[in-house]
Amino acid sequence: MKLVNLKIANKNFKSRLIVGTGKYKNMQECAKAIKISGAEIVTVAVRRVNISDKSKPLLMDYIDPKKIMYLPNTAGCFTSKDALRTLRLAREIGGWKIVKLEVLGDKKNLFPDMIETLKSTEVLTKEGFKVMVYCNDDPLMCKRLENSGASAIMPLAAPIGSGLGIQNKTNIKILRHQTKVPLIIDAGIGQASDAVEAMEMGCDAVLINTAIAKAKDPFQMAEAMKFAVISGRKSFLSGRIIPSYQGSSSSPKRGLI
Amino acid sequence: MNKKNKIKIVVNGKLLTVNAKFSLKNLIEKLKTPISKVAIELNEEIIDKRKLKKIFLKNKDKVEIVHFIGGG
Repeated sequence: MKLVNLKIANKNFKSRLIVGTGKYKNMQECAKAIKISGAEIVTVAVRRVNISDKSKPLLMDYIDPKKIMYLPNTAGCFTSKDALRTLRLAREIGGWKIVKLEVLGDKKNLFPDMIETLKSTEVLTKEGFKVMVYCNDDPLMCKRLENSGASAIMPLAAPIGSGLGIQNKTNIKILRHQTKVPLIIDAGIGQASDAVEAMEMGCDAVLINTAIAKAKDPFQMAEAMKFAVISGRKSFLSGRIIPSYQGSSSSPKRGLI
Repeated sequence: MNKKNKIKIVVNGKLLTVNAKFSLKNLIEKLKTPISKVAIELNEEIIDKRKLKKIFLKNKDKVEIVHFIGGG
């Protein structure tokens, strides 16, 4: 199989690694890690401008939205109303149409509220948004999201920021089988091997924030994740050998002394 | 200027006293907000940034000015 671009809402991307811009020590560190990761899409949050401290640096001064696509995210929203409000504001900042919807349902484990998520997807799609949706791994709900016009299905592999790796392989495999739009692992990646695994399972991309931002050396981890995603994708496309419980020697028997 | 010519508004949760006949454009200028990098809401309604000059604030108006920050 040929190496092809990731296509989301008719836009092409060479990199299959999407990274978050939160949790870094400072903007410089964030910008450098993103550059090393090779990501072409970064998630961003919508928050109040600090009106009392105007000297605070702006994200746009460090990460140029003309060079890297900003993916506005509704992280922190617990209702459809708040999520819709946030994304409408994001669109107003500069015409962003491709957005990431995240409606949380539980403050402790940050699992999504799928009823609110589905409602929001329907409304946003009708308003012309291209919605990439953070969701749980339930194949039925994911199908409903896809049928509602979601531009990407983004199931969690484990709770957001947990770094537990892929805890739901069976469901992710079922989702891979049924999903026609990009399938992107959105949460739970902890180390490079998790990203490889997600890509080897045939996922179209992975989204990573905490695993890079909170690594002791975020720059090295950003590079590790970049190669992990490339490696996993190539491995998936290569067509792996059939596993066997018998040994099969790599050297020919002929000519053995 | 006496109190009559002043109004109280809430911007990003903070109480501000400004002159009556204060437009949203005046507010953005006062706060030195980079207009191309923000979105503005007045009483939970998104405002077209091209019309800021024509929108005058009233007492108790609630303004939200948001931008992008780092997030997951």
